[in-house]
Amino acid sequence: MRDPKTRGLIIQIVLIIAITAFAAWLISNTMQNLTRSKIASGFGFLNYRAGFDIGQVPIDYTANSSYGRALVVGIVNTILVSGAGIALATIVGFIVGIARLSHNYLLRGLATIYVETFRNIPPLLVILFWYFGVLTVLPLPKDAIEFPLSTYLSNRGLQMPAARFDAIAIWSVLALIAGIVGAWLLSRRARAMQLQTGQRPSILWPVLGLLIGLPLVVFAVTGFPMTFEIPKATRFNLSGGWHVRPEFLALFLALSFYTAAFIAEIVRAGIIAVSKGQTEAASALGLSRRLTLRLVVVPQAFRVIIPPLTSQYLNLTKNSSLGLAVGYPELVAIGSTVLNQTGQSVEVVAIWMLSYLGLSLSVAAFMNWFNARAALVER
Amino acid sequence: MSEHVSAYVSQRELPRLPAPRSEAGLIATLRKNLFATPYDSVVTIVLGIFVVWLAWNLIEWGILTAVFTGANREACVPAEGQVIGACWAFVNAKMGQFIYGLYPVAERWRIDLVHLLLVVFAVPLAIPSVPWKRLNALLLFAVYPIVALVLMTGGDFGIGGGWISFLFAIAAFVAIAVAGTSLQVSERYVRIATWLATAAIIVLFASNIVRSESFRVLGFEFTALSLVSTLLAFGSVAASVAASVTNNQRLKVLVAPVVMLAVILFLSADFGLREVPTHLWGGLSLTLVVAITGIAASLPLGILLALGRRSHLPAIKLLSIIFIEFWRGVPLITVLFMSAFMIPLLLPDGVTFNNLLRALIGVALFSAAYLAEVIRGGLQAIQKGQFEGAQALGLSYWQMMRFIIMPQALKLVIPGIVNSFISMFKDTSLVYIIGLADLLGTVRRGFADPAWITPSTAATGLVFAGFVYWVFCFGMSRYSQFIERRLETGHRR
Repeated sequence: MRDPKTRGLIIQIVLIIAITAFAAWLISNTMQNLTRSKIASGFGFLNYRAGFDIGQVPIDYTANSSYGRALVVGIVNTILVSGAGIALATIVGFIVGIARLSHNYLLRGLATIYVETFRNIPPLLVILFWYFGVLTVLPLPKDAIEFPLSTYLSNRGLQMPAARFDAIAIWSVLALIAGIVGAWLLSRRARAMQLQTGQRPSILWPVLGLLIGLPLVVFAVTGFPMTFEIPKATRFNLSGGWHVRPEFLALFLALSFYTAAFIAEIVRAGIIAVSKGQTEAASALGLSRRLTLRLVVVPQAFRVIIPPLTSQYLNLTKNSSLGLAVGYPELVAIGSTVLNQTGQSVEVVAIWMLSYLGLSLSVAAFMNWFNARAALVER
Repeated sequence: MSEHVSAYVSQRELPRLPAPRSEAGLIATLRKNLFATPYDSVVTIVLGIFVVWLAWNLIEWGILTAVFTGANREACVPAEGQVIGACWAFVNAKMGQFIYGLYPVAERWRIDLVHLLLVVFAVPLAIPSVPWKRLNALLLFAVYPIVALVLMTGGDFGIGGGWISFLFAIAAFVAIAVAGTSLQVSERYVRIATWLATAAIIVLFASNIVRSESFRVLGFEFTALSLVSTLLAFGSVAASVAASVTNNQRLKVLVAPVVMLAVILFLSADFGLREVPTHLWGGLSLTLVVAITGIAASLPLGILLALGRRSHLPAIKLLSIIFIEFWRGVPLITVLFMSAFMIPLLLPDGVTFNNLLRALIGVALFSAAYLAEVIRGGLQAIQKGQFEGAQALGLSYWQMMRFIIMPQALKLVIPGIVNSFISMFKDTSLVYIIGLADLLGTVRRGFADPAWITPSTAATGLVFAGFVYWVFCFGMSRYSQFIERRLETGHRR
């Protein structure tokens, strides 16, 4: 017992035995409880008919589809709102974060107020506020608020013109892809030339031509295969066009604005972390202010920003489960419906946990890859 | 040479002139900070118009067109063509529910007393210059929870032998921790105490599985095994006392068992308070209960998990990593659902936890995982020399952690810990999804009440709730910044 190694070994063995025993006890209880309440364990229920409707169906789904299909719809909806939320939160967060460092009193003050307000309020409250406080008290569709470009906002959500493409439009997409590849090759060549000769050829116009001009030309050649479907006011409702439901809007806006406050703080900290000597050295080298930012400050700030930014993205993804409170049909909301109908709590909880762990790990893997690219390469 | 340079040197000091007009004064400050460049001026003007517009709208909504009095929705429903802003009458009418939930009106003084005691105990502890910190901390962390529990539930718990032996086993472990981490101690007796306490836990576990006849000792219901377990725990405490060298140490060791004895007597005593079941609790008081219990339970658990993750023993390290990463990878809602739906499945037939306790377990485990990562950050920031120095002095692992590492590590991560507490305080709002009526839950129920349905009720109630949350969270973050500055010992660059 005096030897730390033996002691460590004994402690670990005791711990493992205790935990295994505890787990076995829990599992045996669960088994007994399940047999008593006559619930068959296993994932067979995923093939049964779901029988409930879902408000927002990005993929084919009817009430006759299976529970498994319903849960897939939930995952897709979660990814939709998280992806949109991450995009908007990043944009707003970077703007507010940079505004917090402004020399302008008013700009800095407003950014500070924004950050301090949203950081200290529960995200659920923000979601409920957008949904019950703002969106559901909007006017009925028949006197919806009208925005330019035939966009209408009512208590049924946002109705926008939708672009419908003919099959031939696929050529424009292919042209765009070709343009991207071409632009990438061009910029590689320009870089190689800069490394060799020290002169960087200007590739702005060729790149723009490849990225925008080429698809446009192909689009025109194929005869503009696109029509706009404009929402029309019927007697009680607006029909046609692209309909964004209020649940999605509430969740999307709340998550974005809430997370943006945290991203703003991360961005601010990242920029502050780049020492002043770096900017001074850059201007001593004769770099302009724009180039200093692009080549010196931003790459170094990114190194500090990316890891916490990753965890904010993960938080946003996990917070999207709050959509349950306003009836946005994401994974947890649909899962809880399934759970209530079938009573398969263990399986549904397991599906939740695995899906979120999978989402978290994939976001984390992507951001780690990005981080490895941005990280400092030390010799 | 010097003659040339000092051709003219003034013999007297010249009067100091005021700074040039372009550099000082109100106008210069404004110009520098608001109108430095044309671009800045445009930004300032646009934002200025926005601020005025926003402020005017807020004032109009919150004061000018708001309704302050009224008994039901009639007061807040706008007439044709009329615009009505905030419906403060709703907040006014529902204030009781927002604070006390469904707690019986005649018993609300008990909640008031609980809140008052919290302020009385917590505020002096938070102000650095108030003396008797140790006594104050003991009152807040040991006495207050028990008093609050009795006041809120009504007390008079039927405590059986199982609970008694469980509480004494905890007390025995605390006594071992106190004895074992003091600097002078008889290692042999500490070991004996540890074995006895472990045996007490094992026997207690067995007493829950093996049925044995029960009898009454001193008015409490004991089974044979739970009595044995209790006696083992007593033996462990005795060994801890024997392990201590000085009288002062012995007293310290005895604190936990004596407190526990008082707790048991206090919990089982009948104060003539009416019993209030937890499903009637609600409002701000429930939010505080969940938040404070969560904070109190997750901090020690988080410290243990952080130590486990940094341990050199592979099994402990792996288990800690799995635990932490699992809870951090899933949203709190699923955790709450899991505790609501799966805890009843995991327990043997006949054992039930009430809804509130399940939520508390979920919240505590969830935030412990986050706290563990914060604390691990602090542990990693401590230089290796500190560990080596402590070991060179001959300190044991726990002594090293308690006297050398933790004080430094925790101090480093105070901002992180407070941030976790703030996010936990915000996260308590999620318990309303599993059917508990916390502050947000009561507000939500309030504006769904048919007697109060108006276009502005929801927004008003949510703004009110948001303000309450904001005050608490903002206060916590400001206090943490204050403490951070106070503890600053100049290590930071």
